[in-house]
Amino acid sequence: MADVAAQPLNTRDKTVVGVLLLIPLLALLIVPIYARSGPELLGFPFFYWYQFVWVLLASAFTQASYVVIKRARHEDGDR
Amino acid sequence: MRGAETVLADGTNVDGVALGVLVFFFLVVSVGGFYAARWRRPDSLMSLDEWGLAGRGFGPVVTWFLLGGDLYTAYTFVAVPAAMYATGAVSGFFAVPYTIVVYPLIFIFMPRMWSVSNAKGYVTTADFIRGRYGSRSLSLAVAVTGVLATMPYIALQLVGIQAVLDTIGLGGNGNTFLKDLPLFIAFAVLAAFTYSSGLRAPALIAFVKDTLIYLVIVVAVVWAAVHLGFGTIFDAAKTKMETPTSAGAPTGSFIPADSSYWAYASLAFGSALALFMYPHSMTAVLSGRSRSVIRRNATFLPLYSLLLGLLALLGFAAIAAGTSVFGSDGLANAQLAVPHLFQDNFPSWFAGIAYSAIAIGALVPSAIMSIAAANLFTRNVYREFIKPAATPHQEAVVSKITSLVVKFGALLFVLALDKQNAINMQLLGGVWILQTFLAIVAGLYTRWFHGWALLVGWAAGMVYGTITAYNVTVPKTATRLVNGEAVTETLGTRHFGGSLANFPFTGTKVYIALSALALNIVISVVLTMVLRALKAAEGTDDTTPADYYADNAAVRSGRRSTASQGASVAGT
Repeated sequence: MADVAAQPLNTRDKTVVGVLLLIPLLALLIVPIYARSGPELLGFPFFYWYQFVWVLLASAFTQASYVVIKRARHEDGDR
Repeated sequence: MRGAETVLADGTNVDGVALGVLVFFFLVVSVGGFYAARWRRPDSLMSLDEWGLAGRGFGPVVTWFLLGGDLYTAYTFVAVPAAMYATGAVSGFFAVPYTIVVYPLIFIFMPRMWSVSNAKGYVTTADFIRGRYGSRSLSLAVAVTGVLATMPYIALQLVGIQAVLDTIGLGGNGNTFLKDLPLFIAFAVLAAFTYSSGLRAPALIAFVKDTLIYLVIVVAVVWAAVHLGFGTIFDAAKTKMETPTSAGAPTGSFIPADSSYWAYASLAFGSALALFMYPHSMTAVLSGRSRSVIRRNATFLPLYSLLLGLLALLGFAAIAAGTSVFGSDGLANAQLAVPHLFQDNFPSWFAGIAYSAIAIGALVPSAIMSIAAANLFTRNVYREFIKPAATPHQEAVVSKITSLVVKFGALLFVLALDKQNAINMQLLGGVWILQTFLAIVAGLYTRWFHGWALLVGWAAGMVYGTITAYNVTVPKTATRLVNGEAVTETLGTRHFGGSLANFPFTGTKVYIALSALALNIVISVVLTMVLRALKAAEGTDDTTPADYYADNAAVRSGRRSTASQGASVAGT
């Protein structure tokens, strides 16, 4: 089954992917950034809505890395 | 929830409508589970590739449901809001950053794991360790850790089902046999369809589970917003968490204070690292048909975290709604917060759908976990140490039987012991499974580490983590209603009181699993340098650099691989 190999990425693409994936990690693991109550949004304290927003942002950042890798390898992807 | 205990006068009424809905959905998934053996029909199910990995042929959509059904378990759905209800953000809401952070990690590491496993025919992480380091003992250590960590996880799924049965009114008839009978039946059916259909069963049922869960959460959140209002919900939670307990400390945390930043971050990060080391995560990942199936899933799986976050807030909603958490045994149990919230505020038929979502949510991961544990036993104990010449057919037979043993072991665990034991063991399971991280993830990139050094590092992390977790003591309390008032009595102390302990030589509380991993890494690095200096002999590496990039040829060129022919659902 495994008779074709994906090509390793070049350094530039690797860095781009690394940074794209590192941003959500830092945004959520550096807790002092968001451990506060204001400003509120729709009744949600900042602490809570910030993390909800990051669910979507993290998905977007990961999606962006996927696109970078796909382009670098000229893949159609597996749909 | 254990044994023939006191029965509340009004606690014995069975909610017939809710029970009817639950039974209906249970029948639906049972039929689906058995039918799954015919889904994407292979020539024979009798090999681990087919029974245990569904032919390694799942596309992005099936894998999305399978991984979602696998990683977001019934216990998560009961325990996270329960933790929010009881002690707030640090013990509960960390699950949201945890399940966000895990996907970039999966995105980076798992395609390599998929490639090398596909190229070499590996079914488990311990297979990979065996091939990469050529070390039978390290491979056995990884396999045993996986099985040990998985068993209590399965047991906890049963605790989730118990919470539902207790709410419906099947929990407290005072007759131990009758009380446990529904759980027993549910598990027997689960065991039977897992046995006959393998990984295809939970994959098919996961569609039902997720549809129900999404429906229930959306309705519940809209209800909470309209009837309570988010402002009210957060205010009620804040008030409860800031109220001092009898010991003088605040009840919990509404927003983590300075002193718990590290706790919150380390719980999120450590749990994320541990999550994809679990055998059941690996099983679901390896059932994908190409590298990009894994990557695409990592980009869309966070949608489940949105759901988990909303569900967590239902714990706060239960506070605002004044939900009672007294079980049919008369004792307060925070895990009843969400089931009771539905019971009190929704019509029986809708509550029944919510209970079904939780119960089916328990069946999917239980099935995958038992398959994963069975594969570990078959490949890394049976074939490695008992019968090296086992045929694929024999492997499948052994795995099927082991999956039964594993599930009934978990059932006995829950029925025979206090459920607190299952929770303690699950806490330890997270600590243990993270000790396999270094050998596995470092192994995906480098052979620098020496097999023996990794084994000693693993052992040190296991021992340190277990002792540290044991030493976390908290008062053991029981709260019951006396003349309408909650009365809490303290019954000494208990061990395994939480996941946090001071990081060595500091006063900062962090997740024990991460401290143990730090020790594990330090020892592995130092010992590797020593062993390299001594030119100690080591096993041969079975893999080549190209194996880590292997991909599925047919898929890459736009055609379907033979494994997934005729499965139109996978390609949509």
